[in-house]
Amino acid sequence: MSVKIALAGNPNSGKTTLFNALTGSNQFVGNWPGVTVEKKEGRLKGHKDVIIIDLPGIYSLSPYTLEEVVARNYLINDRPDAIINIVDGTNIERNLYLSTQILELGIPVIMAVNMMDIVKKNGDEIRIARLGEKLGCEVVEISALKGTGITEAVKKAVAIAQTKTVSEIKHEFCKEAEEIIQRVEDKLSGIVTDGQKRFFAVKLLEKDEKIQTQISSMPDIAEDIKELEEKFEDDTESIITNERYCYISSIIGDCVKKNRAGKLTLSDKIDRVVTNRWLALPIFAIVMWVVYYVSVTTVGTFATDWTNDVLFGDIIPPAIENILVSVNCAGWLEGLILDGIVAGVGAVLGFVPQMFVLFIFLAFLESCGYMARVAFIMDRIFRKFGLSGKSFIPMLIGTGCSVPGVMASRTIENDRDRKMTVMTTTFIPCGAKLPIIALIAGALFDEASWVAPSAYFVGIAAVICSGIILKKTKMFAGDPAPFVMELPAYHMPTAGNIFRSMWERGWSFIKKAGTVILLSTILLWFLMSFGWADGSFGMLEADQLDSSILAVIGNFIAPLFKPLGWGDWKMAVAAVTGLIAKENVVGTFGILFGFAEVAEDGTEIWGQLAGSMTAVAAYSFLVFNLLCAPCFAAMGAIKREMNNPKWFWFAIGYQTGLAYAVSLCVYQIGNIISGGGFGLGTIVAVILMIGFGYLMVRPYKESRTLNAGQKAMVPAR
Amino acid sequence: MMTLKDVCCKKTVKVVRLSGEGPVKRRIMDMGITKGVDVFVRKVAPFGDPVEVTVRGYELSLRKADAEMILVE
Repeated sequence: MSVKIALAGNPNSGKTTLFNALTGSNQFVGNWPGVTVEKKEGRLKGHKDVIIIDLPGIYSLSPYTLEEVVARNYLINDRPDAIINIVDGTNIERNLYLSTQILELGIPVIMAVNMMDIVKKNGDEIRIARLGEKLGCEVVEISALKGTGITEAVKKAVAIAQTKTVSEIKHEFCKEAEEIIQRVEDKLSGIVTDGQKRFFAVKLLEKDEKIQTQISSMPDIAEDIKELEEKFEDDTESIITNERYCYISSIIGDCVKKNRAGKLTLSDKIDRVVTNRWLALPIFAIVMWVVYYVSVTTVGTFATDWTNDVLFGDIIPPAIENILVSVNCAGWLEGLILDGIVAGVGAVLGFVPQMFVLFIFLAFLESCGYMARVAFIMDRIFRKFGLSGKSFIPMLIGTGCSVPGVMASRTIENDRDRKMTVMTTTFIPCGAKLPIIALIAGALFDEASWVAPSAYFVGIAAVICSGIILKKTKMFAGDPAPFVMELPAYHMPTAGNIFRSMWERGWSFIKKAGTVILLSTILLWFLMSFGWADGSFGMLEADQLDSSILAVIGNFIAPLFKPLGWGDWKMAVAAVTGLIAKENVVGTFGILFGFAEVAEDGTEIWGQLAGSMTAVAAYSFLVFNLLCAPCFAAMGAIKREMNNPKWFWFAIGYQTGLAYAVSLCVYQIGNIISGGGFGLGTIVAVILMIGFGYLMVRPYKESRTLNAGQKAMVPAR
Repeated sequence: MMTLKDVCCKKTVKVVRLSGEGPVKRRIMDMGITKGVDVFVRKVAPFGDPVEVTVRGYELSLRKADAEMILVE
């Protein structure tokens, strides 16, 4: 029979390192049902029948954060056979707080005190036997990083899982509180099992509404709550939290001997410099520059260009073409394989090397402890528009390419901040949008130097305004975001863990985003290469784009863009092909204006483009392309990160809607300023601007309860 | 009464009480800022907010708006 062991512990307690050490490569990474919280499961090395579940890192079993709710629902409803509670030995006091809650669940627990090598190096001492006595569970010393003690810990966990020895609850609160808890426990007889009584009694006293929905009948405990609150002159939740820490404080002196009295550790010394009031920003700028320089401009670009231009340009397509020609493949099939599938796969894989480079940096920054400092330093600026301090990195990377930018948002723990970052990162002009900017600036603005900076300004303004507007909407008003964050001690991460993290993230992009990108590319290839030429439907030559199905669609949707100033079907088609990759906009114009190939900034077509639209319309076109739905690859990344169709379509819809509205305002207002007539469009633009203004300044109150993703987590009983 | 928000850098204070209720208060308490505990204010972020404190032997950062909930002496 298989044994299920859950790993539970605080964030930064070395849980993931332990999980990796125990399971090796036998891991399945997925998501907890209905939420974006990552779920990791694996089989114990050498023991196929032992399943290890890595719970999200949590500080408490409170009902207020998604991770905590996910973890405790799993512990209550799925009831693993045993729990290994990982405790950071260097930070034992706060870590034991979660332990006191886990020990109440009525599940066999082994406590693994991690980082014992560092504890010993610091000259501190943890008396594990004494600790076990005081908490009523078996305690083992481990070092997940060095791999010491972990086999023993897991062996003991398997043993207690098989014998089902639930430890006795040893920690206690003060007498008055204990009496009341005992009374509630008695009322729960017959409702929950004996082992779970303590947990449910405490949670009910804490007025935990999510727990109330999980028991068959609710005993009347209003009197008990009132009595407890009157005795302690506080709310029950705080009383119980206080009592837990009181118990921990009372045993800690006996169990832990600290050597360093006020001595600065190496981590303290590093932190003194790194988050110093004057040095913090310069250091931050240097770190960001290195990340950007290596992953976006040098190694990353080199790798991506190589995959795109050489591997999927000079090597693979000709090779496949040769094979196809040699077997006398039909023309349309050759087109499908080369321009549809190979180009589609290339679009997915082209970004992977760059992403791997970036993910190495992110994994390093996260596990060494600097990422928390990034949030600390940037919080003041970003939280004003509903983003996290950690949103800085996705935005910065987004100036190179939105795909890794969106993926970089993974480092943001708070669900709301992360979704907001994913939705807004693509507003920042990425490298592929630069040719569009160059085209418009060159064709209509005489290469004016203000066009490119203004594009970045539009992007940043879109991020800021969207943040302010969105954080007030119902979609985002769900969960509160208390910024009470641990700044973990700095430490050197292992290469193994960094590469594993890189691989997991990269692979999940290939898997999840890949399908979207591939299918969309094939569809668009079909629309572009088939059409009615020479009186019959069939496959077209490259320069016959104006007869394609896409052109028909372009003609059909072109009136939609009339209020934006560019109702010509060519513009509409160019904007649509931009979905494959933004730089395609320039190439499409080239084909539509009769050039087989144009330079990156489309110098050849400047004249014709200038003749077909006004400067204001061109700027509106530029703004639309900057803000609207990004390329398929970025959409794939958004889909992966949102992990929810509703949120994915909300993001794409919002981006396109915003692009439309802003472009409309740009064209209509610009038209008035440049002496155009006043019309219906002007009125719409003015109404839109007033609407914007209202959405930005309307009052709102941050919700204090967590709703997001809740329904999916309540199990059907 | 003084709140943690008003405490200068490099000072140690004792928590008297936490005002308010709900998730933010619970979160602050979960992180170990409870009645009677010593809190050392380590530093303020470069832009003036949040603050970094040492509590129960580890480093914690919290916003000034939240620090206002913590009454100290």
